[in-house]
Amino acid sequence: MQPAEQRDEVEMLALMLLIRRFEERASQQYQAQKIGGFCHLYIGQEAVVAGAVAATRDDDYIITAYRDHAHALARGTNADACMAELFGKETGCSRGLGGSMHFFNRSRHMYGGHAIVGAHVPLAAGMAFAIKYRGEDRVTLCFFGDGAINQGSFHEALNLMALYKLPIVLICENNLFAMGTSVKRSTSLKQIVDRAEGYDIPGEIVDGMNFREVRDKLAEIVSSIRKDPHPAFVEIRTYRYRGHSMSDPASYRTKAELEKYRLDDPITRLRAQLTREGKLTHEQFDKIDKQAKETVLASVKFAEKSPEPPLEKLYDYTYADGAKP
Amino acid sequence: MREITYRQALNEALAEELERDPNVFLMGEEVAEYHGAYKVSQGLLERFGPKRIIDTPISENGFAGLGVGAAMVGLRPIVEFMTFSFSFVAFDQVVNNAPNMFTMSGGQFNIPITFRGPNGPAHQLGATHSHATEPLYANAPGLKICTPATPRDAKGLLKTAVRDNNPVLVLEAELLYSSKGMVELPDEELLIPLGQAEVKREGSDVSIICYAQTVQLALAAAAQLEEENISSEIVDLRSIKPLDEKAIFDSVAKTHRVVIVEQDRPFCGVGAEVCYRIQKNIFDALDAPIIRVSQEDVPMPYNERLEKAVLPNAGKLIAAVKKVCYA
Ligand SMILES: Cc1ncc(C[n+]2csc(CCOP(=O)(O)OP(=O)(O)O)c2C)c(N)n1
Ligand SMILES: [Mg+2]
Repeated sequence: MQPAEQRDEVEMLALMLLIRRFEERASQQYQAQKIGGFCHLYIGQEAVVAGAVAATRDDDYIITAYRDHAHALARGTNADACMAELFGKETGCSRGLGGSMHFFNRSRHMYGGHAIVGAHVPLAAGMAFAIKYRGEDRVTLCFFGDGAINQGSFHEALNLMALYKLPIVLICENNLFAMGTSVKRSTSLKQIVDRAEGYDIPGEIVDGMNFREVRDKLAEIVSSIRKDPHPAFVEIRTYRYRGHSMSDPASYRTKAELEKYRLDDPITRLRAQLTREGKLTHEQFDKIDKQAKETVLASVKFAEKSPEPPLEKLYDYTYADGAKP
Repeated sequence: MREITYRQALNEALAEELERDPNVFLMGEEVAEYHGAYKVSQGLLERFGPKRIIDTPISENGFAGLGVGAAMVGLRPIVEFMTFSFSFVAFDQVVNNAPNMFTMSGGQFNIPITFRGPNGPAHQLGATHSHATEPLYANAPGLKICTPATPRDAKGLLKTAVRDNNPVLVLEAELLYSSKGMVELPDEELLIPLGQAEVKREGSDVSIICYAQTVQLALAAAAQLEEENISSEIVDLRSIKPLDEKAIFDSVAKTHRVVIVEQDRPFCGVGAEVCYRIQKNIFDALDAPIIRVSQEDVPMPYNERLEKAVLPNAGKLIAAVKKVCYA
């Protein structure tokens, strides 16, 4: 397992670009009706998951909500399997049965893709519970949106995590909106991080447009959890550049606000940092970006030619032992 | 009469009831400023203001319970679930608090609340977002449940639900919101009683019993069957609870053959209850075993082809009708 501090920043930039290009392609394929159902894009939030992955080990557990393509990719799920899932193909990371909101990858410790807001936070408690139960030094990373913090399941789970001192990082991806509802209109607190205080869970605010800040804060937290299991909370301030889902025109926010955050693009920011420090040339950047675009384009081809899940297998995944109802 | 969409019909029903009774208010996620995730509450915030059209955080258990409590002290809440798949988060409030209160309090507290929103599978939303919740709720004594299939029924049933003194679930359908149909003009009061089925098409060879999304399916199948000289009577239940036994029995007594087409799962589904009541009460009227066409008993797969295979469809319905007719 590669220790976090050694993960190459250029590789992490490449991951962020892969996510960006993947989501752009997904958007295009959705419009071409190759993808059905609901589809939520991660564009603008890339530094959050990249920073988290850079600060943790590959055997740490990850679980998130329905805006989940990036989390699967960040955990090394190949773009082919991700795109194939969106296309509903058998080669998809959930065999075409889950769709955009339900990405899973057991071998990479990516435990979903959960579409009921708040419902996966207790699951994260359970995963952290199992870590402690087995005496391991892993941590669980639980990602959720600002909209999830007003669900009962969230509150019940936080209390359990604090009570049992479970090794978990609660990562609130605060992109300021839950669908069309701004945090100001949904939450009684001035800042989300204060939710943690009520459960005696340490909390911090992190700039989610800054990859390095996310990585460093999380690395610090994770190392303290590994030594002595406990929950921790980070409110990571970020922004989604697109609407809530493909069908949302996002008319509830101003052009000026969007523009302000676009100027603070997490990819541009990391790129500039690396360039300034002489760690990345323009040619190298272009090469990485080209590579990302090619990978994603190939994933579309892969998804297109992949087979549909066979009709005969309809009942195969209802019960683990294949039992018929 | 004029032609409007199902969505507009619901919108009119909400507006008329809000206008009529100041105790009525609408609460739910994105109902006010966003005008509803499916735009059912278009214009209501502007017309009735934020005191009565209320956006909530994502806290279904909280706001459903708030509704029940407000109803205990005399308000008449309309609680919107963005979809009924999310009502599971509020299950305790809907099945434990709302319908039990009247009994538990020895008749002191009735709960005049309406829970509404889209129910049932839509298109490729996957396992968590595709629940047909009607059999689960129908199992709870004290709840009333209606399932409008047309704009007219949507308006008339929702208005009745709001005026009912019990908890009523109005199970709408995402795939029906844009469908059109004839509805009385707004100055004509349209109230459709709960517990009253409607024969949507007369026929003599077979009774197709349906509700919600399966009504359109049944009508389309009936047209096709007509070409093969099979005359189908389409009975739209409209309400699951109370169930209009008389309308069902009248039709069966006439046709002697029954297919039930439902959008829920087979195990303990709505059709199971209908089937039981038919055989118990008018067994002798039957010339063939009853067939149910429902979903397959699996969590909903995302893949489009598999989803189609899970759902009831015209092919399955027509095959079932032929089977009962040639039995
Ligand atoms: C229990 C439940 N209620 C409502 C929804 C519908 N819904 C899906 S996403 C969403 C907004 C969530 O926003 P947030 O948690 O901030 O995440 P983001 O979309 O910003 O990533 C809502 C209301 C749902 N999926 N589950
Ligand atoms: Mg959000």
